[in-house]
Amino acid sequence: MPNPEKKEKKFEPKIVAFFCNWCTYTAADLAGVSRLKYAPNVRVIRIMCSGRVDPQFILQAFASGADGVLIGGCHPGDCHYSEGNYKMLRRFRLLQRVLKVLGIAEERCRLEWISASEGDKVKTVINDMVEKVRNLGPLSIPAKMSDIDEEIKELEKEINREEVPQHA
Amino acid sequence: MSNTNGNGTIKGITPRIGFYICHCGHNIAAMVDVEKVQKFVASLPGVVVSRDYKYMCSDPGQELVQKDIKELKLNRIVVASCSPLLHEHTFRRAVEKAGLNPFFFHMVNIRENVSWVTDNREQATAKANALARAAIQRVFFHKSLETKKVPINPDVLIVGGGIAGIHAALTIANAGKHVYLVEREPTIGGHMAMFDKTFPTLDCAACILTPKMSSVKNHPNITLWTYSEVEKVEGFVGNYKVNIKRKPRYVIEELCVGCMDCIDACIYKEAKYPDEFNQGLSKRKPIYIPFPQATPQVVLFDPETCIDFKSHRCKKTCIEACDRKAIDLKQVPEYKEINVGTVILATGFKTYDAEKSPQYGYKKFPNVFTSLEIERIVNASGPTNGEVLTKEGNIPKSVGIIHCVGSRDEKAHKWCSRVCCMYSLKLAHLIKEHTGAEVYNFYIDMRTPGKGYEEFYDKLMNEGVHFVRGRVAEVTDWALIPEEEHKLTIRVEDTLIGVVRRIPVDMVVLAVGMEPREDAQDIRRMFNISCSTEGFFLERHPKLAPVSTFTDGIFIAGGCQGPRDIPDSVAQAGAAAAEALSLISAGSIELEPNTASIIESFCSGCKSCIPLCPYSAISFNEGTKKAVINEALCKGCGTCVAACPSGSIIQNLFEDEQIFSEIDGLLKFAGIELEEMEVVNA
Repeated sequence: MPNPEKKEKKFEPKIVAFFCNWCTYTAADLAGVSRLKYAPNVRVIRIMCSGRVDPQFILQAFASGADGVLIGGCHPGDCHYSEGNYKMLRRFRLLQRVLKVLGIAEERCRLEWISASEGDKVKTVINDMVEKVRNLGPLSIPAKMSDIDEEIKELEKEINREEVPQHA
Repeated sequence: MSNTNGNGTIKGITPRIGFYICHCGHNIAAMVDVEKVQKFVASLPGVVVSRDYKYMCSDPGQELVQKDIKELKLNRIVVASCSPLLHEHTFRRAVEKAGLNPFFFHMVNIRENVSWVTDNREQATAKANALARAAIQRVFFHKSLETKKVPINPDVLIVGGGIAGIHAALTIANAGKHVYLVEREPTIGGHMAMFDKTFPTLDCAACILTPKMSSVKNHPNITLWTYSEVEKVEGFVGNYKVNIKRKPRYVIEELCVGCMDCIDACIYKEAKYPDEFNQGLSKRKPIYIPFPQATPQVVLFDPETCIDFKSHRCKKTCIEACDRKAIDLKQVPEYKEINVGTVILATGFKTYDAEKSPQYGYKKFPNVFTSLEIERIVNASGPTNGEVLTKEGNIPKSVGIIHCVGSRDEKAHKWCSRVCCMYSLKLAHLIKEHTGAEVYNFYIDMRTPGKGYEEFYDKLMNEGVHFVRGRVAEVTDWALIPEEEHKLTIRVEDTLIGVVRRIPVDMVVLAVGMEPREDAQDIRRMFNISCSTEGFFLERHPKLAPVSTFTDGIFIAGGCQGPRDIPDSVAQAGAAAAEALSLISAGSIELEPNTASIIESFCSGCKSCIPLCPYSAISFNEGTKKAVINEALCKGCGTCVAACPSGSIIQNLFEDEQIFSEIDGLLKFAGIELEEMEVVNA
């Protein structure tokens, strides 16, 4: 059970990362092999190419309670599949606008180019992002959603209560 | 979002998951509470068995999984251990041996991604829990898949004709397979051809190299293309299509016999252009041959310096002199397209540019030489016919050799170039032998690991070569005492006696280190491989796959992978050749079945996926008005899957529901929904 007292002390953001198999995932492995210590808040999902990242994955991650989403791909020109990273970049730019409309701060969703040799960059990017998201505080979409659900339920109840006497 | 329904079945199949967490000795267990993770996973729905074991990748570890599959009728396996890039295949094979489709397996990386990068046990355990849960939820949705086999074209391309490329080419050609050896320079031989003697045996480099060079030239199974460069690479393991540009020599290779009559006949009576092979220490004519044993024995023109190319007003005495009519000044680049199954990159290294360390005075003082220049100077066929002379033409009475120039230096390269200590010893021996001079070696640490290397160092000490431990501060011509007049003074702190010394010498040799070639990044892009932080080509695994890369069918050997000496380069070249031959012998390779396919009934025919595919694997069926993916062309990037607006494309191993369930599993708080899970289980 999480200790509520401890939780209040310091907010620990949950960040979901999508790392491409060839560059960023390999870089994360390199960071491991080099025993670079970084914040434990990022949980990595391996995909073959950053081009596989469907904007829905990012939205779903936020909806499921992520405080941030990090996407790691190969540097421009280095994609194992020629140009998957450019496709991702295109989608990312569009998604950024959507996130803005949804009121999700820009820093919560980040796209980084990290090559297989840049174990160090994995560390700095993750630490930096964790710090920024920590400062933003929890996003808590699931909690907000359930609050809204509650509210709707209450409203429904109220409507029903009002409606009953009319029909009686 | 929940992917499991109330009774824990998916599409009618009840998952029976086996979970195994590896201690990896202390590598994981010291930071992750494996027992806690094991217990936590045991409480998750669908998990039939959860175990922890010291070494999962060991035979007993694999047998544990296999036994459980059979006895407990497991239909899904999750192993939490190291990176899937390391052992995914090991466990898939183990699962397959037990009779389960290998793709019902999923691997969780809790070593590189958790224990090695976290310094808090509680947090590491929580992270491992989250990753394990994600895998358990994901593996529900795994499907039985068939691997696709592709045939391996038995022809091999080797890029780079240094000692590594030569050795690999001969090994493969001797096995009866065809090799295309492509070399950028007009001759093969690489750096080794420039050396005089080789350490520690002091056999002459040319004597051991040139027979191999001519074997390459004469081998019926080797197509040798010198003065050629790879322009484009397409395809994948077993079937690469490579475009090669053969630069014009302005001499017809098949006709030239290397008699060099044309060189004698050149309108320039005196050679006046710097000779690249001799490091610019001698001159050549616009028509030249790099060195007497150049292979192939074919002359070439340098259009930058030839009068005819510049003004078209030369008498062309060279053409007249050639009785075989081999000279063709109108030659144009020739483009070749070849198909090969595997590629070995042996593109070599570059020496550190000593001008970047100005304290050593290279190019500032004429008597400061790089080691490669001295190699040529001591060489009997070099610019001075083997006589070691200062720029003034005198025999030096004292010579200083400065180690670690550009290596082990925060301002240049941090790495040790591995060969400099040994070649400095060799050069010390040769200089002493040629001149009788006092030779000083200025070193930080003497690094002589290798067969007969330490003994060679011993021999040099007995020969009376001086060794001063300390990094040289500067080389200066500023004389403080009469003995230093007209000399170069090496200022160094002798750290063994704790005194700053000034040692005047006539000649300074800079033991320059090894660095990646300038265009290593372009080459790696072309062949779709990676470079390490230093810029050398990155191997698949530093210990277990040292000549393989992350791209199947592309192997690396020699100095392009990192600093190494001749014996190591040859050993690596042999290993790379063996790897290529093993693929060729197998005849085919199994590809990861992560290709995409279209669910026709969902496809709206919007065509948005078609331009996204970099391999043109998607086409449009005008009859059905649906997109079609050619699985043979699909490489499994998943870009089309992410873009499909109707969700009608699925990528094997990376299906939407697999990833969604992984996201979900990662984000659930351990603890909170344990109760939830118990309810589900009940």
